[in-house]
Amino acid sequence: MSISRFQYERWTPAGLSTVWTSCVILAALAVAPLVLPATAVEKLTTLWIYILLAVVWNLLAGFAGLVSVGQQAFFGLSAYLTLRLVEWGLNPWLALVGAAFIAGAIAIPISLYALKLKAGEFAIATWVIAEVVRICVMFDPLVQGDTGNSLIALNAYAPDFRRDVTYWLGLVAMAGFLVLTFRVLRSKIGSAAQAVRDDEEAALSVGVSVMQTKRIIFVLAAFGTALAGSIWLASAITFLPRTNFGVQWTVFMLFMVLVGGLRTFEGPILGALIFFVLQESFSSYGVWYLFGLGFIAIVFALALPDGLWGLIRQKRGGDLLPMGTLLKQAPIENEAS
Amino acid sequence: MGHMGIILSGHGLNKRFGAFQAVRDASFTLAEGEALGIVGPNGAGKTTLFSLIAGSLTPTSGTIVLEGKSVAGADAASRCLAGIGRTHQVPRPFLGMTVFENTLVAAQHGSGLPEGEAEDLAAEALSRSGLLASANRPAGVLGLLDRKRLELARALATRPRVLLLDEIGGGLTEAELVTLVALISDLKASGLSIIWIEHILHALLKVIDRLVCMSAGEVIAEGDPQTVMRDPTVMAAYLGGMKEHA
Ligand SMILES: Nc1ncnc2c1ncn2[C@@H]1O[C@H](COP(=O)(O)OP(=O)(O)OP(=O)(O)O)[C@@H](O)[C@H]1O
Ligand SMILES: [Mg+2]
Repeated sequence: MSISRFQYERWTPAGLSTVWTSCVILAALAVAPLVLPATAVEKLTTLWIYILLAVVWNLLAGFAGLVSVGQQAFFGLSAYLTLRLVEWGLNPWLALVGAAFIAGAIAIPISLYALKLKAGEFAIATWVIAEVVRICVMFDPLVQGDTGNSLIALNAYAPDFRRDVTYWLGLVAMAGFLVLTFRVLRSKIGSAAQAVRDDEEAALSVGVSVMQTKRIIFVLAAFGTALAGSIWLASAITFLPRTNFGVQWTVFMLFMVLVGGLRTFEGPILGALIFFVLQESFSSYGVWYLFGLGFIAIVFALALPDGLWGLIRQKRGGDLLPMGTLLKQAPIENEAS
Repeated sequence: MGHMGIILSGHGLNKRFGAFQAVRDASFTLAEGEALGIVGPNGAGKTTLFSLIAGSLTPTSGTIVLEGKSVAGADAASRCLAGIGRTHQVPRPFLGMTVFENTLVAAQHGSGLPEGEAEDLAAEALSRSGLLASANRPAGVLGLLDRKRLELARALATRPRVLLLDEIGGGLTEAELVTLVALISDLKASGLSIIWIEHILHALLKVIDRLVCMSAGEVIAEGDPQTVMRDPTVMAAYLGGMKEHA
């Protein structure tokens, strides 16, 4: 076989050093609960949830063009299913993880309907679906309508243990999804998703299975959001249908992703950090705070579509991680060999 | 010698958009390794015919047969995998991806080759289309001509057996046309079967074996290129078409 005249660059030294740095940071974060005060551990757990939510919404909306405003369906559903599974006698920790898998599986039949719709219709449908799921859940006597319920089974564990396990669950889910998202985006599914986002008909014309691609991303994002919902329940303990299924989650995701940088890998992480800080100082302002977040998100979408990461990328001359494949031409003498 | 096998054919194709009939009882055949030209005034239904073949539109009636099998029910993606590659008259690049990634996604999903071979296929397609220098630029920065080249590169990256070219030569300079004609002749020599819709006759005539003329949705003439061009109905259709656009 002849040697290819082309070379491809999928990794750069800078990208590899990002990976190593991230590993060190994650290792430090893994042992952090052993030294940090309880409140810090709780706060960081919340941060992992935000990052997870932002990363999967960016995968869905930014990379696959599936702008959902109803991801709270899976966030709330997973919390509810946890309560249901525990009621049926399952260990609460297993229930938290199992519920996320079930919620992810429920995304498959939902996708059969929702993914047939385009753009605006899809967005509205996802919101309607979230409301329908919430209403269905409220029929379960376990939830007691608006009253909700609590994951009291977790109270059987010592508070320190509970807090630390929840933290680790959050850290593993977040880190796991960062790796998964990165790998998916660099795989042929990732390029298919971006092609579908840019032009469905053109994607079909080059052999992309549009429906299957959308379904994979939709279900993956549902699963990630559901995991975040489970971890949220584990740290908050209480389940209130109007809170866990609340549309504010969508506002949060929009804010984090649009401010951080839609369609970038680093942006949602940055956006989640910013949101985390804001949430600390302003979340008591209630509905006006939500309006403010939404407003800022829209301003970013219009004025700075690549978000803050877009600016940083310009300054530093590139991303931290290489997302695509660069084509390098090999020296001509290779051709003859 | 027996005549070449038919690789693609359409039989009694009709396409209606509401009350308007864009393609009317159109039939055609394409032999293996043949280059077929299609001409016709604006709005004749040429692009619509391509969309019926490629599967982005469903015919109101009629059948399309690829290598002996009807493609009815197969969507555009499966038809691409079955060997039909097309370029779009109005380019449809994936604007959020680089030029190379545009062809890479085509090679990964449309060629049927194992994933490890997709990159070389995509790079080769860019090289043949003269886009290598722009490989790592965002597709969004390309001008119209380069977007047309990208259409061709992307179609080639799917390793087609039948290539549908829709006005790929429009807007090119004479020198660029010479390169394009050489490329398409090369592709033909390598065994590809080609249908080329083109208004630039002198370029088209350098490549094609046979010519079809469409007008108002119908195939009004078919056969040897020179004969078709001298056909009075063809000339009348062109004059009529020009009057409309004058
Ligand atoms: N999706 C559609 N809905 C309604 N009418 C359409 C649609 N697509 C094409 N048409 C109409 O069908 C007719 C044929 O269009 P088509 O694009 O096939 O022509 P064409 O022969 O390719 O013309 P041109 O040389 O200008 O590219 C036109 O009158 C066009 O307006
Ligand atoms: Mg046309």
